[in-house]
Amino acid sequence: MEANVAQQVNRGNTPRIKRKKSYKQPWMLHFMVLPAAILVFIFSYIPMSGVLMAFQDYKPALGIADSPWVGLKHFRYMWENDYFLQITWNTLFFACSKMVMNLIIPFSFALLLNEVRKMTLKRSIQTLIYLPHFLSWVTLSGILIDILAQTGLINQFLSSTFGIKPIFFLGDGNWFRFTVIFSDVWKEFGFNTIIFLAALSGINPSLYEAAEVDGAGRWKQTMYITIPSLIPITIVVATLALGNVMNANFDQVFNLYSPLIYQQGDIIDTFVYREGLLSGQFSFATAVNLFKSVISLVLIVISYRLAYRFAGYRIF
Amino acid sequence: MYHKTLSYRIFSIFNNVFLTVISIICLLPLYHLLMVSLSSSAPANAGLVTFWPIGFTLEAYTKTFTNDNFLTSLWVSVQRTVIGTGLALIVNTIAAYALSKETRVFRARNIYLWYFVITMLFNGGLIPGYILILKLGLMNSLMALILPGLVTVFNVILLLNFFRTVPKDLEEAAFIDGAGQFRTFISVYLPISLPVIATVSLFIMVGHWNAYFDGIIYIRDSDKLPLATFMQTIIVQADMSKLDLSAVANLSQRTIRASQIFIGALPILMVYPFLQRFFVTGIVVGAVKE
Repeated sequence: MEANVAQQVNRGNTPRIKRKKSYKQPWMLHFMVLPAAILVFIFSYIPMSGVLMAFQDYKPALGIADSPWVGLKHFRYMWENDYFLQITWNTLFFACSKMVMNLIIPFSFALLLNEVRKMTLKRSIQTLIYLPHFLSWVTLSGILIDILAQTGLINQFLSSTFGIKPIFFLGDGNWFRFTVIFSDVWKEFGFNTIIFLAALSGINPSLYEAAEVDGAGRWKQTMYITIPSLIPITIVVATLALGNVMNANFDQVFNLYSPLIYQQGDIIDTFVYREGLLSGQFSFATAVNLFKSVISLVLIVISYRLAYRFAGYRIF
Repeated sequence: MYHKTLSYRIFSIFNNVFLTVISIICLLPLYHLLMVSLSSSAPANAGLVTFWPIGFTLEAYTKTFTNDNFLTSLWVSVQRTVIGTGLALIVNTIAAYALSKETRVFRARNIYLWYFVITMLFNGGLIPGYILILKLGLMNSLMALILPGLVTVFNVILLLNFFRTVPKDLEEAAFIDGAGQFRTFISVYLPISLPVIATVSLFIMVGHWNAYFDGIIYIRDSDKLPLATFMQTIIVQADMSKLDLSAVANLSQRTIRASQIFIGALPILMVYPFLQRFFVTGIVVGAVKE
């Protein structure tokens, strides 16, 4: 198409053929990418070179160039540290639980929402359930701290309805884990539902018509048309989530945890923050972070490959 | 005609009720907080307020809005959101436009694209980023909150995927009329792309408004703290009720805290209904690929 138009324009007008390439101004395109490219260089690529300090005893006064090199000292220390294994386990536990919950619940919710035939009701429900996604974890943890307090809404409800003693949702390790996973679902399930709803709206209606002619009820239509049609997108969502296995959501944990429950609630990112910026162990914190980043990188590459192979998914 | 059968009708009623209840429960905590903030402090502290204000008063809001620290932080947040979103839109859209061209027109496209995507896959992390800001002398300045996150590769990809769906004929027509790349971008691509640009602005604005962590690590003066950081320090860090040690000392603050949380969330609650429409179409359209 493009070539056609260009040919028509140039026919019988020879001097223009010479300018054929330059009228699209490829140099201008370089200029347009330039600001973004420079910013990315400064704020992404320069810090990447900063990971070298994981192999040093970095002193801010000396900089990376002059700080002494110590090889794998920090990594060895990391591996001999029981607490590091604990926070790695916590991170994996949080990330995997959220991953499973954020797949199953939005999937089921989208299926149920698809059965709502009144468009106004459907839209109102969608509007309400997306909303928490846009609120920050600062706001949400402010709310959670209030309603989960000993005299808060939830404990009042539990004690008046079931006669349960007040629960330390944020002060007891196991309850903390439950709260983190549950509140993450609260914030994100509506948003994740969108993806499945979009896939549902893309199903060819003639499939349902054919099923109807064959005498299939709604249950059978769901089992044999709707669910199978959602499998590709489910595979994409699941495999892409794989790249996030080392991410247990810093913002959430950071705003909800306290020293009381570090054993069950501390994750790699919060540990890096405390060690690095609060205790000033720049090199050790960078080493821990590098370990995490490298594993994440491998997982992301694998997950994108899988998503591409099984569902033809590409990001651009 | 499955939806006329009795069993489906019964299911349908239960389903509608169930989904309505769930979606209301989702917002109930926020509503509860609003009611607490509108009550007078004695019943609120005693935990008597549930879903209706007791002793209705706007005292908590008056106190919050006469608090100088709160107002300064609010202004900082407005500044960072407006300037940050404006700059980010300019830089990200023009980059996305250039990257949406085919390799035939823009030879270096794939190289640039990988250059950007690599930063999604791997980053230096917290400490090197912190030291960079320190070395650049950006510590304690508004730019420390804006510049590091200015280019969001995810948004660039969303935009470029959309730009690629714009029919090539429009672009050719502009070129024939003598427009250059930049003019084509401004006069042809921008007007068509308003839904997706609205979506991306929403992402960026919400991101800026909600960002608190950069304020914690990069800002030292209290008069330069953005609102989210200010709230984080007073609501979360100062909160001892998690430990239930000095819960009593904190209780008198409950209505004020609730009002601050609510005011902090208010701008998002306000833009949300307007942009939600664009947002859903933008997501769906942005996901369409050629």
